[in-house]
Amino acid sequence: MSASSDHANSVFASVVQAPEDPILGVTVAYNKDPSPDKLNLGVGAYRTEEGKPLVLKVVRKAEQLLVNDPSRVKEYLPITGLADFNKLSAKLIFGADSLAIQENRVTTVQCLSGTGSLRVGAEFLARHYHQRTIYIPQPTWGNHPKVFTLAGLSVKTYRYYSPNTRGLDFQGLLEDLGSAPAGAIVLLHACAHNPTGVDPTSDQWEQIRQLMRSKGLLPFFDSAYQGFASGSLDADAASVRMFVADGGECLAAQSYAKNMGLYGERVGALSIICKTAEVASRVESQLKLVIRPMYSNPPIHGASIVATVLKDRDLYNEWTVELKAMADRIISMRKQLFDALQARGTPGDWSHILKQIGMFTFTGLNANQVAFMTKEYHIYMTSDGRISMAGLSSRTVPNLTEAIHAAVSSVA
Amino acid sequence: MLLRNGCAGRILKSGLFRSMSTSWWKHVEPAPKDPILGVTEAFLADPSPDKVNVGVGAYRDDNGKPVVLECVREAERRIAGNLNMEYLPMGGSIKMIEETLKLAYGENSDLIKEKHIAAVQALSGTGACRLFADFQKRFSPDSQIYIPVPTWANHHNLWRDAHVPQNTFHYYHPESRGLDFASMMEDIKNAPNGSFFLLHACAHNPTGVDPTEEQWREISHQFKVKGHFAFFDMAYQGFASGDPERDAKSIRIFLEDGHLIGCAQSYAKNMGLYGQRVGCLSVICEDEKQAVAVKSQLQQLARPMYSNPPVHGALVVSTILGDPELKKLWLTEVKGMADRIIGMRSALRENLEKLGSPLSWEHITKQIGMFCYSGMTPEQVDRLTNEYHIYMTRNGRISMAGVTTGNVGFLANAIHEVTKSA
Repeated sequence: MSASSDHANSVFASVVQAPEDPILGVTVAYNKDPSPDKLNLGVGAYRTEEGKPLVLKVVRKAEQLLVNDPSRVKEYLPITGLADFNKLSAKLIFGADSLAIQENRVTTVQCLSGTGSLRVGAEFLARHYHQRTIYIPQPTWGNHPKVFTLAGLSVKTYRYYSPNTRGLDFQGLLEDLGSAPAGAIVLLHACAHNPTGVDPTSDQWEQIRQLMRSKGLLPFFDSAYQGFASGSLDADAASVRMFVADGGECLAAQSYAKNMGLYGERVGALSIICKTAEVASRVESQLKLVIRPMYSNPPIHGASIVATVLKDRDLYNEWTVELKAMADRIISMRKQLFDALQARGTPGDWSHILKQIGMFTFTGLNANQVAFMTKEYHIYMTSDGRISMAGLSSRTVPNLTEAIHAAVSSVA
Repeated sequence: MLLRNGCAGRILKSGLFRSMSTSWWKHVEPAPKDPILGVTEAFLADPSPDKVNVGVGAYRDDNGKPVVLECVREAERRIAGNLNMEYLPMGGSIKMIEETLKLAYGENSDLIKEKHIAAVQALSGTGACRLFADFQKRFSPDSQIYIPVPTWANHHNLWRDAHVPQNTFHYYHPESRGLDFASMMEDIKNAPNGSFFLLHACAHNPTGVDPTEEQWREISHQFKVKGHFAFFDMAYQGFASGDPERDAKSIRIFLEDGHLIGCAQSYAKNMGLYGQRVGCLSVICEDEKQAVAVKSQLQQLARPMYSNPPVHGALVVSTILGDPELKKLWLTEVKGMADRIIGMRSALRENLEKLGSPLSWEHITKQIGMFCYSGMTPEQVDRLTNEYHIYMTRNGRISMAGVTTGNVGFLANAIHEVTKSA
C-alpha cells in the first residue's frame, strides 16, 4: 500500500535538512569524488603508507582469542562497563603507580569513545557542579561546543592558537584563564591538540596547573592521542599526571579510537578523580544515572579487545611497538612534507609542520585556499586548513606539495 | 622527570594548595540503585546455591545459562580478522538499517522502496528511544509524551533527561491482570489532538499484556481521529509469538491506516546481542526529501552524544540478515527461544494450580513475551527474595526467560507460599 494515499501530514514537516558535519562531511564529499588522484586528509583516521586503514596486529590477536573462546557471552555489561577495562584504562592514563588509584579516589566508567566520555562527564557536571561554564581552547575539535552545550553547560573560549606564530598564544591563554570565574571548568587537550597540533611545553603546563589550582578551575582533560603523539604512552600522559600528582580533582576522557585503531568500536573511558574514595563512590553512582537513560550500558566488543591487550604483558608490549610505529610514520611524513615544500621554494615559513605534534597539522591555509585545493587538486581537508598527516604517504606528498604551492601562490 | 615522581606529588600537595582541601563533589548524594539492574547485582552477591534470577530480561536456556545464538557465532567467525574498524557514518551501517527496516515494515514495504523512512542505527532500544526523545524535544518543543502505566522504568528516565514533559495513560488492569482497554481509549480520546504516545509494539514490558488485533485497529482508528503521533518501542520482535511478522502486526495496522509513525527496534533479545548495543530508530516521513532532512537532524543529535554508533554488533546483524541461510537459522533460533518461554508459562501455571493455589494464574499463559506480571505485591516479592533467594523486580515482574524445568517447581512452590494467604 503506497504511503502517499490518505495519510496525515507529518508532525515533522517543517524539519529542515541539517548541514553536513564539518569534519565527517569531508569524507562524504571525498567519497563522491570520482578523481583517481583524490586524497583524503580530512578525518583523523590513521592510514598506512599504502593509504589503507590499519587494524593493529594485537587487535587481530585479541579478536581471535575472543571469538575462539566458547565461554564468552554477550550479556549486558554493567552500566559502568567492563570492570577490567575500567581499571586498566585508569592505570594507562594516570600511571601504574598513581596514588589516586591506590587510594581508590578514581571512578572510571566505560563510555563510547572520546565523544561519549566527554558527553557523560559534561552531563554529570551540569547536574552536580556548582559552575556551569566550560572554557574551551580557541580553536578546538569541531564537536566540542555541541557536546558541552547539549549537556547543559555554557561554553566560553580561551585563547590558544596564535596564527602569527602558528604556535601557542601562551600569554593570551594565561590571561583568559586568569580572568575566568573561580571554579569554572576548563577543557584541556592532554596532548596533540586537535586541530592545531600545538601543545604547551612542560614548563608551560606547570604554569597552567598553578594558575588553575590557584583559582579553583576544574580541569577536564580530553585524551584522544595517548601514545600517538610522541610514540610514548607515558610522555603523552605527562600533562594529566602533573595535575593528578598535586592531589587535586579533575576529569579525564580517554579514547582508544586512534591509539588502538578501534575507531568504529567506540571504546573510551571517563575518569573522575575525587578527593576521597567515599566521594568517588557516590560520584560513580550518579554517573550511572546519566548513562542509563542515554544507552543503558556500553558496547562490549571493543572494550573486551582493549582489556585483552592491556592485561597481557606480551600483547601490551607488542601494542606499544605498533603504536610507536604509527607515531613515527606520522613524524616522518611531517619531515617529508616540510622538506618538499622547502625544495619547491613554496613561499612562507613551514617550520610549524615540524613543530606541531600528533595527527594533525594546522597548515595556516585559509578557507579559500582549501576550497581551491579541493577543486583543482581533489585534496580534501577541513576548511580550517587542518590536514591529517596520517592520511599522507611518500607517494602523495608531491601532489600535496604542488597543491599547497599553487594555493599560496595564486589564492589570497 | 621530577613531575612524574610520587615524591614531587607530596611536595606540590603540601606546598601550593592547602586551600583545596575539600572535594567539589562533597554534596553529591549516592544515587538509588537502578530498580532492574540492581536486582542482578543483588543476585550475584547472594552466596546461596539455590538462588534464582528472574529479574533482568535476558534470555536463559533450560539450564539457566546465557545463550549465544549459533547464527551469531557463525557471523562472528566470518567477521573476525576480515574487516577494518573504521568509523561508521554518523547514521550507522546502511546495510544493517535496510535489513532492520524490512523486519519492522515488511520485506516489500513501499515506504522502504520509496525511501520515505528516516532511519539511523542506535544504541539498542534505549539509544533509539533517547534519540527520538531528543529529536521530539528539538522539533516538537511544545509536545509531551504519553507513557503507559506501567512501563519499562527507564522510559520515564530517558524522556525526562530529554526534557520532554510526561503524561501517562491507562494500560494495565490489575484486577483482571489484563488490558484496561476502556480507560486506555478514554485517555486517547481525552488527550489533546496531536499528542505523542509511546506504545509497546508487542510483548509489553513489564506486564506481558498486549492489545488484540481488533483492539489495535480501534486504537489506530482513534489515533487517526485525534491526529496523534504513535511511537512504537519494539524490543521483542520475534520473541513474543516466535514469528517476527506476527509480532509486528500492530505496526502494520498503523501503517495500513496511513500513520506516520516512529519506531525503536532492538536486537538485544531477539538476536541475543544484549551487550553489543545494536538497534535502530526510524521515523516515517511524507516523502524522500523529508526523510533525508529528518535523518540529517537525527545525526546531528547523535554526533554530540557518541559521534557514530559501534560497528561490531551492526556487522553481526547485517551478516546474518543479509545471508538467506543464516537468516533462516536465526528465525529458527528465535522461535526456539519463544517456544521455550511459552512452555515455561504453561509449566509455571500448571505447577501453581497443582499446588492448590486459591488465586487465578490464568494470566501467566495469557500474557506474552519475556515477562509475566504476577500480581504479587512488593512485600511478597521481598519474602521471595529473603526467604527463597528468588530475585525479581519489586513490581512483581517475573522474567520467564529465567524459568527452567529445573527451577519451575521451586519457583511455583515459593510463589504459592507467599501468596496463599493473600
